[in-house]
Amino acid sequence: MSHHKPDPSKSVNLTIDGLPVTVPEGTTILEAARKLGIHIPVLCDHPDLHKRAVCRVCVVECDGAGKLKAACANDVWEGVKVITNSPKIQAIRKTIVELILADHPQDCLTCIRNQKCELQSLALQFGLKDLTFPRSDVESRPNIDTNTLVRDMGKCVKCGRCVDVCQEVQSVRAINTAHRSLEYEVTTPYDQELIEGPCVYCGQCAAVCPVGAIYENDQTALVWKAIDDPERHVVVQTAPAVRVALGDEFGLPKGAITTGKMATALRRLGFTKVFDTDWSADVTILEEGNELLHRLQNGGKLPMITSCSPGWINFSEVFYPDLLDHLSTCKSPQQMFGALVKTYYAQISGVDASKITSVSIMPCTAKKFEAQRPEMNSSGYQDVDVVLTTRELARMIKMAGLDFEQLPETPFDQLMGDSTGAAVIFGTSGGVMEAALRTVYEVVTGEALAPLDLEAVRGHQGLKTVEVDLKGTKVKIMVANGLANARLVMDSIRAGTCDATFIEVMCCPGGCVGGGGQPYGNSQIKLERKDGLYKADKQLPLRKSHDNPEVKALYENYLGAPLGEKSHHLLHTHYSTGGKNHWAKTGH
Amino acid sequence: MSKLVTLVSEGAGQIDPISVAAYEGVGGYQGLKKAVGLTAEQVISEVKKAKLLGRGGAAYPAGSKWEHLLHIPETPKYIVCNADEGEPGTFKDKVILGQLPLKLIEGITIAGFVFGAKAGYIYVRGEYRKIQKRILQAIENAKKAGYLGQNILGKGFDFDIQVISGAGAYVCGENSALLNSTEGKVGRPRIKPPHLAEVGLFLQPTLVNNVESLSSIPAIVLKGGDEFLKIGHPDSGGTKLICLSGHTAKPGVYEIPLGKITLREAIYDAELGNGLKGGKNLKFFHLGGQSGPIGPAALLDTPYSYTDLRKAGLTVGSGAIVVMDESVSIIDYLIGVTEFFIHESCGKCVPCREGNKQLISVLRKLAVPGGANQTDLANLRRLVTTMTAASFCGLGQTATAALNSAWKHFKEEFEANVSKTTAAAA
Repeated sequence: MSHHKPDPSKSVNLTIDGLPVTVPEGTTILEAARKLGIHIPVLCDHPDLHKRAVCRVCVVECDGAGKLKAACANDVWEGVKVITNSPKIQAIRKTIVELILADHPQDCLTCIRNQKCELQSLALQFGLKDLTFPRSDVESRPNIDTNTLVRDMGKCVKCGRCVDVCQEVQSVRAINTAHRSLEYEVTTPYDQELIEGPCVYCGQCAAVCPVGAIYENDQTALVWKAIDDPERHVVVQTAPAVRVALGDEFGLPKGAITTGKMATALRRLGFTKVFDTDWSADVTILEEGNELLHRLQNGGKLPMITSCSPGWINFSEVFYPDLLDHLSTCKSPQQMFGALVKTYYAQISGVDASKITSVSIMPCTAKKFEAQRPEMNSSGYQDVDVVLTTRELARMIKMAGLDFEQLPETPFDQLMGDSTGAAVIFGTSGGVMEAALRTVYEVVTGEALAPLDLEAVRGHQGLKTVEVDLKGTKVKIMVANGLANARLVMDSIRAGTCDATFIEVMCCPGGCVGGGGQPYGNSQIKLERKDGLYKADKQLPLRKSHDNPEVKALYENYLGAPLGEKSHHLLHTHYSTGGKNHWAKTGH
Repeated sequence: MSKLVTLVSEGAGQIDPISVAAYEGVGGYQGLKKAVGLTAEQVISEVKKAKLLGRGGAAYPAGSKWEHLLHIPETPKYIVCNADEGEPGTFKDKVILGQLPLKLIEGITIAGFVFGAKAGYIYVRGEYRKIQKRILQAIENAKKAGYLGQNILGKGFDFDIQVISGAGAYVCGENSALLNSTEGKVGRPRIKPPHLAEVGLFLQPTLVNNVESLSSIPAIVLKGGDEFLKIGHPDSGGTKLICLSGHTAKPGVYEIPLGKITLREAIYDAELGNGLKGGKNLKFFHLGGQSGPIGPAALLDTPYSYTDLRKAGLTVGSGAIVVMDESVSIIDYLIGVTEFFIHESCGKCVPCREGNKQLISVLRKLAVPGGANQTDLANLRRLVTTMTAASFCGLGQTATAALNSAWKHFKEEFEANVSKTTAAAA
């Protein structure tokens, strides 16, 4: 199967709109045109997904042929003369966009994607004015699933991006296309609710949707209400990956570290205490690192697999119920924080836990689901009351009229606000592994990991494997980035062919920087966010979780030791095949 | 002298369709016997000389297709016969499949030999359920006779054929959708490139040919490409099975030599269509299926060949000739055509899914006096342009062929019900 594979070492010469250009073989017409500064409009195309060429907005003329070609899906060939812009092509593209609009509810002003909609941008680009095709009676019909994801198939433009990401990138296959012609649609098997199928709530479908057809369930109203309620003591935590993505919403450079501005914004929004999930990420490392050592020393189940990514937990429960004892019993940092805010913080601050509204800002839609899991109540209350995605936080900041760029930088509040560089890198694939090794290595060998930067686990490759020497014991570790790669690892464990000791899995490609609740972007932007996180790590005075003074204080003053009785009660959990499906059966 | 020939249809309706002996009695398997003594290049050279154009509708030169596949090194290669015959007004493959299945089986086997394939598939439309059984019996009998299975004709060549049933979707007649359906996937067209010759069935190099094309192969091998060419038109050899239907006096399938008779002869000759029912006048004919163009009586003297019809803005397509008398309204007819495409569009690309929907809305307005305005007419024109030029696959690209040709020849009927105003003024 090699003959049709393009050879990028060969050059292809062509002209686009009369301009000569030379590109490697295998370059699409779309990419070649970009090289000349010509941006051919697209709708279904997405740089991180397979080619589908179904919207036909990017059609171009090649060598004068009457049948146009989709620029997104056709590679250039030697000598081809491409026309991307002529009255004929403009008219055809315009007609296509009008056809889509005629089958789309034009409620842009009240749509969640207003001004962030790729269809709206096309309408603007083509200067559409007189829409003369009769409109179909299609209306917005949002369906909120488990308070987490909203699917509004009335707005679906049937581009197929969500299906591709769900099937091919995440290997979940919760949604597919069904029926044909006018009934052609994106749906679940037998039109069941997401909760009834294999959906893991990663929200990658929402992250790639060009319009307002799949999105996070916006819960900002709940938070505004709590803030406004004098009876409520509203505490917020912010996940590591939020700080390097939030700036996107306000025109800051991609990957810009906005920690201090974000803390200020949260305070101005009215949160009583502004804390950091990074703090509980450091707690997670102490618990998880010690759990690993415990398993190693006591013949426990290996490989042990990280458990901070809730989409990944859902995935395990759905697809690998026989391997759940490989998962670390540690709750995610969000849930550790939630359990501690209504116990430890309540006790120290003297606030009645029943009065605390615990809010988290997450890059993630699956976190909304996780917070509602019935077992996440070890404080005696729901540990995290409301989870907002990065996009929702940005909405609150805009609604409050805060000029984000001009905000001064302020630190997090004390007690649960200190963190280390190890915690901040949780937000990118490989980060949890690196953070864990910084602590585990030092606990086992008595020496600091050197160098502290574990380059071998960094980057957004699909699978990374490294061997670490723990005082003579060679330990193989793996990092799986995205669920299709996690599936490979789990299949190898099931087959008995996996010789790793410790494995990190992040549900979303790139890790939390690419979470389903992040500002819209692509893999390039995820890399810039990743760089932002490693920069933040370097800038922090402490870079190992066990050095975090507030975490030390937590153990000294409250928990005792990692894996102790209190930890066991508050910070660890269990998994079951019923974990997600239980919900489908009981409604809660 | 008869205008009809029996090159591909020799024996059809006269012999027991599943009997190998009966098929041998009408010259069956002589082509395969000759082919196994030739090299692949020699067989393909004859196919090229024959100028056999794909009989399914696209008229792609079979010789070039075969040559392309031969040069692809990857194995295994698969031979797939497109027997999904879904074009309305087309029922000529049905004659071969039902009355002469061994001819097709022989053609597929020759292709299998040429490409060193081990497996062939016949994808038969679901509605031909009874015929599918007959084909299976014919395959069994061919195996018993040593024409299929292990070591065919003692040449160390192993080849077998499976029958796959369609389930009623017209779009599965599109070759890549057909392969998806054969693989058990949803029958929607694939993105191209890669071409099916390179990445076809189960991602392997694949030959996909129509029933009639493959059934022409034994004659090409036996008579030689030059002889085959002489039977037909200098640009396209051999014969065509045409299907007369509609208001014809004698509906049916007829085998005619390409380029040697005119449309008028096909429709009016006593041994072919024998004129229109009730002696009515012809208003138009629709060629090649719903995806083909419409022509008026003025074009009846066009010779029935790929070249001549193309020059006249017409097409051979599948071989369908739907004859319509003067009682038929063009707009009503086009509404029927468009309803068909709305039913059969796979729905994945915008121009086809949304375009057909908008087309029918304009056509329905045009059917009512004063129902349409100039804007509607302008929309109709740009829909035709957009769907033809920008649809994902052949279905959407050709869904407007009837409409576009009708516009050329019967423009007055489009304009009859149009008020002079534009949408804004209305």
